[in-house]
Amino acid sequence: MLTATTPDTQSRPDLRALFLGFSAVGLSGFGGVLPFVRRMLVDQKRWLSGEEFNALLGLCQFLPGPNVINLAVLVGKRYRGVPGAIVAPLGLLAGPLVVVLLLAMLYDHYGDLPRVQSMLRGIAAVGVGLLFATAWRMGMAVRDKPLFLPFSLLTVTAIAWLRWPMPIVMVAGLLLSGGVAWWKLGRK
Amino acid sequence: MNVVGELFLEFALLSFVAFGGATALLPEMHRVVVENHHWLDDTTFTHLYAIAQAAPGPNVLVVTLIGWEVAGLAGALAATLAMCLPMSVVIYLLIDRWEGFAGKRWQKAISLGVAPLAVGLIFSGATLIAQAAEFGWAAWALVAVTTAVNLRTKLHPLWLIATGAALGLLGLV
Repeated sequence: MLTATTPDTQSRPDLRALFLGFSAVGLSGFGGVLPFVRRMLVDQKRWLSGEEFNALLGLCQFLPGPNVINLAVLVGKRYRGVPGAIVAPLGLLAGPLVVVLLLAMLYDHYGDLPRVQSMLRGIAAVGVGLLFATAWRMGMAVRDKPLFLPFSLLTVTAIAWLRWPMPIVMVAGLLLSGGVAWWKLGRK
Repeated sequence: MNVVGELFLEFALLSFVAFGGATALLPEMHRVVVENHHWLDDTTFTHLYAIAQAAPGPNVLVVTLIGWEVAGLAGALAATLAMCLPMSVVIYLLIDRWEGFAGKRWQKAISLGVAPLAVGLIFSGATLIAQAAEFGWAAWALVAVTTAVNLRTKLHPLWLIATGAALGLLGLV
């Protein structure tokens, strides 16, 4: 336990510390490492306060792209500029990348075996179930559901059924859905 | 252009619309990789998704696996870099101005507007994987149970993944 008198920004991590700190959490999460990154940054290393973490995460979630990678870029930049912004995401990715490539090599060797195929099929079914649960949870968190959930339905129609290209669907969807949100925000 | 270059360009383009992270990109990755370029077939795509589910680390690594199967190590690195680099540069340049536009009306409008789209994308990803894997009734039952357990209990998803693997090994799914 650290004492309560320790200041929030007690240490300025160097490149090595950034790389090692992010490597340590890279391999810890299944289905997303964000909670582990938060614990490392805020509770253990105290490189960010809780509010700073939320503010940075806000920007990462606002923009497209892998949120947790973008967060590592921002933390790296904050302490060590460009080199830090390169080293921190590399630390996060290095370990899992090696694991995933080893699994890929195993798959290349044994992927044709019926047992391996049916095992992967079982995992895929669980993965699909987890995706439906995630979609449900995110849908329940949407505000003004009668107004905004129809846009979810439109997205599913365009993407899953009509198979339209996603860049076009997202630009059009964002104009429509964002337009409604803009109008709604102005009415208050 | 060679495959590695094409892979890089396709995934770099995708990174700009990846609201909701790599998971939300599953339908589009399927469209680009399986339907447009025929780099992978349906079965391999679902297998790679399953491997990514069972591996630790950020969700973005499904991209690495796809790159590997399409073009080996160069493909894996190109796809991963393409997915991570463009928005990393944008966010690096944007962070100092974030304070200035956080909370502005247009920023809130985009945040509110993008959320229902992300829901639709993830739902689409789930249906497309199920279609590509040609699930039978037993697999759909497992899907339903997983969804219910994940929503109703705090059981760690890893247990569900292990259960899925075991049921698969036994040939029940």
